[in-house]
Amino acid sequence: MEQFIFGKLTFATLPHEWFTVGGTVFITGMMIVGALFLTKTKRWKWLWREWLTSVDPKKIGIMYLIMAMLMLFRGGIDAVMMWTQQALASSNMPGLMGSQHGFIDASHFQEIATAHGNIMVFFVTMGFLFGLMNLILPLQIGARDVASPLLNTLGFWLYVAGAILINMFFVFGGHFSATGWLAAMPLSELQYSPGVGVDYWNWSLQVSGLGTLLGGINFIMTILKMRAPGMKLRDVPVFTWASFCSMLIVISIFPILAMTLALLFLDRFFGMHFFTSTAGGNPMMYINLIWTWGHPEIYVLILPIFGIWSEVVSTFSQKRLFGYTNTILATAGVMGLSMLVWLHHFFTMGAGADVNAFFGVITEFIAIPTGALFLSWLFTMFRGKISFKTPMYWFLGFVSTFSFGGMAGVMMGIAPIDFQVHNSLFLIAHFHTMVIGGALFGIFAGISYWFPKISGFTLNERLGKYAFWLWITGFLTAFVPLYILGLMGATRRLDHYAASTGWQPLFIVSAIGSLIIGCAVTMQVIQLVVSIRDRKKNQAGNDPWNGRTLEWYAPSPAPVYNFAVVPEVTGRDAFWEMKQKDLPKPVYHDIHMPKNTATGIYIAGFAFLIGFAMVWHIIWLAVLALIGAVVVLIRRAFDENTEYIIPASEVERIEKERRKD
Amino acid sequence: MKGKHNETEDNDKVQFGFWIYLMTDLLMFSVLFACYAVLHNNTFGGPGSHELFNMPLALTETLILLTSSFTCGLGMVFARNGDKNKTLAFFAVTFLLGISFLSLELSEFTQLFHEGNSFTRSGFLSSFFTLVGTHGLHIFSGLLWMALLLGYIATRGLTKSAMRKLTLLSLFWHFLDIVWIFIFTFVYLMGKM
Repeated sequence: MEQFIFGKLTFATLPHEWFTVGGTVFITGMMIVGALFLTKTKRWKWLWREWLTSVDPKKIGIMYLIMAMLMLFRGGIDAVMMWTQQALASSNMPGLMGSQHGFIDASHFQEIATAHGNIMVFFVTMGFLFGLMNLILPLQIGARDVASPLLNTLGFWLYVAGAILINMFFVFGGHFSATGWLAAMPLSELQYSPGVGVDYWNWSLQVSGLGTLLGGINFIMTILKMRAPGMKLRDVPVFTWASFCSMLIVISIFPILAMTLALLFLDRFFGMHFFTSTAGGNPMMYINLIWTWGHPEIYVLILPIFGIWSEVVSTFSQKRLFGYTNTILATAGVMGLSMLVWLHHFFTMGAGADVNAFFGVITEFIAIPTGALFLSWLFTMFRGKISFKTPMYWFLGFVSTFSFGGMAGVMMGIAPIDFQVHNSLFLIAHFHTMVIGGALFGIFAGISYWFPKISGFTLNERLGKYAFWLWITGFLTAFVPLYILGLMGATRRLDHYAASTGWQPLFIVSAIGSLIIGCAVTMQVIQLVVSIRDRKKNQAGNDPWNGRTLEWYAPSPAPVYNFAVVPEVTGRDAFWEMKQKDLPKPVYHDIHMPKNTATGIYIAGFAFLIGFAMVWHIIWLAVLALIGAVVVLIRRAFDENTEYIIPASEVERIEKERRKD
Repeated sequence: MKGKHNETEDNDKVQFGFWIYLMTDLLMFSVLFACYAVLHNNTFGGPGSHELFNMPLALTETLILLTSSFTCGLGMVFARNGDKNKTLAFFAVTFLLGISFLSLELSEFTQLFHEGNSFTRSGFLSSFFTLVGTHGLHIFSGLLWMALLLGYIATRGLTKSAMRKLTLLSLFWHFLDIVWIFIFTFVYLMGKM
């Protein structure tokens, strides 16, 4: 009976180690503080009505950014713990806090490594990207909304549900997965990982992956069906184009992820034999499937960043982007190639020379369109009127780091070299160069570039530049030693190593780098706080950078309907053209907008319950939650009253207020 | 986009989104097909497709599902003509055919279970049950959707919103039919070769 009600959940599983107890105390503490604040300021209703149930992409975007920042903090703590461990874990040093080496025991170290990877990819980078896309993309194409506000809010809340699930083991105990960020097989099968860790991993990714898939469908519909009248595909701003390519990858690969995770679930829950090492299962099939998703996923992250660079470089050089068509063709080329290279993650599988040669050559090909993109940006700067604002600093940082990270990638695309450095710290250093020097720097550039549009005021330039210099110094100090260590033979996920290897000094240097990165993040927090404090002084106006694309035509921050009068577009850089001529006095009409809805948050809540219940095998709860989700969905499907009207007079009032300048 | 919302534009958008969803669903099936292709000989000493598959049953299922697609199509023709009763009648037939397809599939599954050939027996059976079962699960949700929609049309008539949902449902139904043809070919026919 008890097992029926609580499944595998018992008192013994509740948190009892210092890191889980610490996590629990921290999370509950934060929740209590938050709840007290909301009660004191009487903001519960406001929070629910204005934010949680909102379908306004600009609000959903801000919620994405906040969530991603929280998760960056969480994933960052994991990173610092790993760095500290490795700096201390030479075999000649005494262990601390009861562990044999360093201060974390081996299995816990593996859990941290796994969580770090998943959190940074799924919940930080994806969160930031979807946030920026929600905030900017509809504005760039002159749309009032996304194609499906419901899919948008549902996608966001599924992402949040996944993020909560991945942290749930702090509260309800058990362990997190210790089998690597993409779950090594057959290690992740029930036989070798009998705990709930892999199930937490599985359901967290399943739920948030579903959210990403829905978001991808929504953005493709939005870009293809919601553009302002007159905007042809060849006039679409580059960030939107790049996001479009990225979302095309999303809808091609996230179904694969969903199915792969589902099959792993069937293996673990129903005792099937897809990926087991016995009874006719095939573990390498899992590795193939997960990397068929996993490699293109990295390009989902980087393509919109390429788009951000194009916008930033052309705006701050006060020039049209050099080679618009080439840029888009190159982005699409990277998109296509990215889906044909998954096997380079496991040249060591033993597929034979021909197969390895094919995937190696395609991998090298990716450097060609990427190089073309770099040329576009550099030639845009050439003879431009460059103003070195913070986003341009990030750009130059990106150009240098991404180039050498890319060259390391080209090296590893050669199968014989890859055999030497496979799963070594060289690989770790390579892909961190790509995702930090590439994706994360781009996100920072995008945020400081678009921040005035989002909030109405600019970020503090001086502190932003300090943060940049700290970041780039910390980043190089932290990761250059890892390249060297990798070539010396240090493998990934090392929780300790022999003193005779002589690796410790380099690990210490690397750990110092992580502390500098910590200072950089602190500087960014200070920058945000100072900028908010001085917001009256830093009022941005609608077009602070002398921008070229339509988002700068909307008021800052944009009203719920984005554009009172939907602009007629006649060519590329639509806003730049509008600025060259006098616009007629606007005539306002009534505007139809979608009503806020709690459907997304309810369904995601039920999805969270399904995930949680299946982790702990509480079948009745999973069934109830599934029924709940279906009922909410059906109710919404037959609800005809989902829109409201903003009358023309109200539009006029808002416009007068927002367009004072 | 100016002033009032345009109904056809809205329909167009929803249908386009639904097509994208169908394509992603097709990709999910393709993963299952790929797994079946990799694992179909991994019987682990147990029986293979030759011994297990009941061809007359599979053929009957196929014919039933194809007929249901046909009646679904006829139902759509009547719906476009605004003939509520005939629409309901043809979709009711589609619904019953769907139910019989599903019961035949379940009877096949139970028989395999009783003979000791469940999905835990081998990689081959795992992938067989998952591929065919996922299709069955889709049919089940299609039937649930159909029942709700028929109730809606019976009470409120063929409204614009009902027509939109009916169009999507018929797309979904034909889509499942196509997937089944692939299952019949690759799993059953080629399994007996």
